[in-house]
Amino acid sequence: MSASTSSDTYQPKTSLGRVTNFVDTRVGGSSIVKEFGRKIFPDHWSFMFGEVALYTFVILLLSGTFLTLFFDPSMAETHYEGSYVPLKGVEMSVAYASTLDISFDIRGGLFMRQLHHWSALLFVASVSVHMLRVFFTGAFRRPRELNWVVGCVLLILALAAGFTGYSLPDDLLSGNGLRIIDGVIKAIPLIGTYLSMLIFGGEFPGTSIVGRLYVMHILVVPALILLMIAIHLFMVVVHKHTQYPGPGRTETNVVGFPVGPVYAAKAGGFFFIVFGVVAAIAANFQILPIWDYGPYDPSPVSAGTQPDWYIGFVDGALRLMPGVIGGFPFEYVIFGNFTLSLNVLLPALVPAGILFGLMFAWPWIERWVTKDTREHHILDRPRNAPFRTATGVAGVIWYCVMWAAASSDLIATHFLVSLNDVTYWLRVLFFIGPIIGFIVTRRICLALQRKDREIVLHGRETGRIVRLPHGEFIEVHEPLNDYKLHRLVSFESPEVQPAEPDANGKISGKEKLRGRLSRFFFEDRVAPVTPAELVAAHSHGGHDEIETAKSKAEITSH
Amino acid sequence: MKALSQKRRHPLAAIALLLMGLLVTGGLYAVAGTVNEAQATTTTYSAQDIEEGEKLFVANCATCHGLGAVGAPEGAHGNQAGPSLIGVGAAAVDFQVGTGRMPMQMTGPQAQQKPKQFTDEQTMQLAAYVASLGAGPAVPEEQFLDASEGDPAAGGELFRVNCAMCHNAAAAGGALTRGKFAPALAGVSEKHIYEAMVTGPQNMPVFSDANISPEGKQDIIAFLKTIEEQGSPGGNSLGSLGPVSEGLLIWTAGLGVIIAFTIWLTQRSS
Repeated sequence: MSASTSSDTYQPKTSLGRVTNFVDTRVGGSSIVKEFGRKIFPDHWSFMFGEVALYTFVILLLSGTFLTLFFDPSMAETHYEGSYVPLKGVEMSVAYASTLDISFDIRGGLFMRQLHHWSALLFVASVSVHMLRVFFTGAFRRPRELNWVVGCVLLILALAAGFTGYSLPDDLLSGNGLRIIDGVIKAIPLIGTYLSMLIFGGEFPGTSIVGRLYVMHILVVPALILLMIAIHLFMVVVHKHTQYPGPGRTETNVVGFPVGPVYAAKAGGFFFIVFGVVAAIAANFQILPIWDYGPYDPSPVSAGTQPDWYIGFVDGALRLMPGVIGGFPFEYVIFGNFTLSLNVLLPALVPAGILFGLMFAWPWIERWVTKDTREHHILDRPRNAPFRTATGVAGVIWYCVMWAAASSDLIATHFLVSLNDVTYWLRVLFFIGPIIGFIVTRRICLALQRKDREIVLHGRETGRIVRLPHGEFIEVHEPLNDYKLHRLVSFESPEVQPAEPDANGKISGKEKLRGRLSRFFFEDRVAPVTPAELVAAHSHGGHDEIETAKSKAEITSH
Repeated sequence: MKALSQKRRHPLAAIALLLMGLLVTGGLYAVAGTVNEAQATTTTYSAQDIEEGEKLFVANCATCHGLGAVGAPEGAHGNQAGPSLIGVGAAAVDFQVGTGRMPMQMTGPQAQQKPKQFTDEQTMQLAAYVASLGAGPAVPEEQFLDASEGDPAAGGELFRVNCAMCHNAAAAGGALTRGKFAPALAGVSEKHIYEAMVTGPQNMPVFSDANISPEGKQDIIAFLKTIEEQGSPGGNSLGSLGPVSEGLLIWTAGLGVIIAFTIWLTQRSS
């Protein structure tokens, strides 16, 4: 370290300076600040959801620590003697009673509970939006594929953290949710029953599940999340941040602000903004009113029982699954006395498996189809990658159909429609919604790209109509400035890569599939405007009409 | 005014207009939707009440329920315009007519609540007539309707075991099959809650005195009135609809405010 050699000769004049120098010569802080303080982060609002996720996680740690001071994860039975009248003397678990105490008898407890729960909802929401941003801009491409995987793992851990926390208060709502999980576990062939007994320590609900979930919720899952966040951020530093295309931005630079001082101040301030927003919500909006639901008891089930939003899609898939289709049952007894409950197993595991499987594998799928193994630090505008945007929207729609199904009862009562019809329509949309979404999104992307092309070649329509001396009317088009022009022309558009024979001259089945996918994705691509086309278009001057017809022919020829 | 007109192209102007519009329509809807309900007192029925009730019945109810309340003939698919009312008792009439569900505005999966069509006296006369046709549950006595005498904790347990699966644990209502539903219970009078339990209106089962004792029913009423009066301790209840409305809030308002801040933070000063 070069800093330590020079500091031997440096003599600070004040006592604070001497202390700082003492620490710095041993820790090397100044060189770290020098290195990190000059790291460049590009400025765009869509890059800040990862920060929101990180900050809500910090809020979760802070408020969660407060809650652990008062929460008692015991399933021992007790009679409530606290200050909430409608539950006085009711038999309940100690876990539920202590949550009631946090809510009604501990100063600031209700606020902290609501702060914790609301920031959990925002945590998973911001993780999801962050992932959508990364996906739709292509930020997962080389060299960031592994960081994308770490992000997917973080999403799963966030769901795990949320679900284990949701079940802790031992109220009726969370107990109902736990019962569904128990049902899904028991539906696993052969080992299901044993697994359920192992997890619950005997028959559901048993007396140990809350304590076990508590250990997962406050120790194991947060520790794993912290580890993954560390890896995630380390890789961000190593790879540097991506940036949107723009003048002066290349694959080898990062244009933006250095961390110190402005960006650090903004990011630090943003933590308090996020904290403030969540605190304002927690102070004004009630969340999980466990006193409404009552203590858990396996016999009652409340209407309108849903999990928190992030587990909703699994609940929705369960609600959509028919038990019998036209006399074909999905539950059978096989080998005499084994029950195979496909009506539970399929919806609980298959859609989530497909979603997460595709999510993890997408960087490799895209690499394989496009044969593009180069590094990418410049992001795609979503319209400039129609195949990816359309696939992403199809996935989002599929998720949202299942998500909506989890609130089918509320859709029915609030929009005055039949619950059965809601379910039938959502079943149809489950299959055709993603297909329609894919087609429509791709057409919209291609149309936007063609519009961009048109604007680049002919400029912006000003709405000013001019009559020429010989009587012709033309609309005056205004050329774009160089900054806007750059944004519209500097993108890559992958071309169809037909299946190619291997070394033995054979085209393997896998390669044929790749070729078909490549044609499916890229056959109607819109090519970016080339400099030659641009020069040609501008040299024509005002002859818009002729030019338009000509350029249309050009576009269709691509 | 000039200052205001100059700001009409402000980036937030559209949002401000939208908010104003939403506030105005929401406010008007809330005002228009408020329906006051008065309480009816019950007395013993005289012969004159029964006679007046029959006249009202013939004029307003017999189209569907038939003359003499024997019910309409069954149609081709076993559906019936109106069932027989012999033996349903005064409590059923008092509930259906007193909450405005009868006379029905239109046929549908379920009779909808609406402003009531008859005065308390007319309702009592109709009840007297129907009660005279056959024995059935009577309008409940005042002693079981006093919520302050009930035990809300015991009522809560009864409610969760017997009622919450349709009406929701917080009595916010819930969906049933084919357009039928269990309504929210806030704002329903003590008498009507009791009558609903003993007569089982629409798709609700009957909770007879052998099933839930009159004291138990009183406890349930006490529970419902307690949670209604205490409001929501944690702030706005978001309709007591649970995780769906909570998720909706965080995805719209919560994330919306955060995005507004991110845009503000990354704006250039130029």
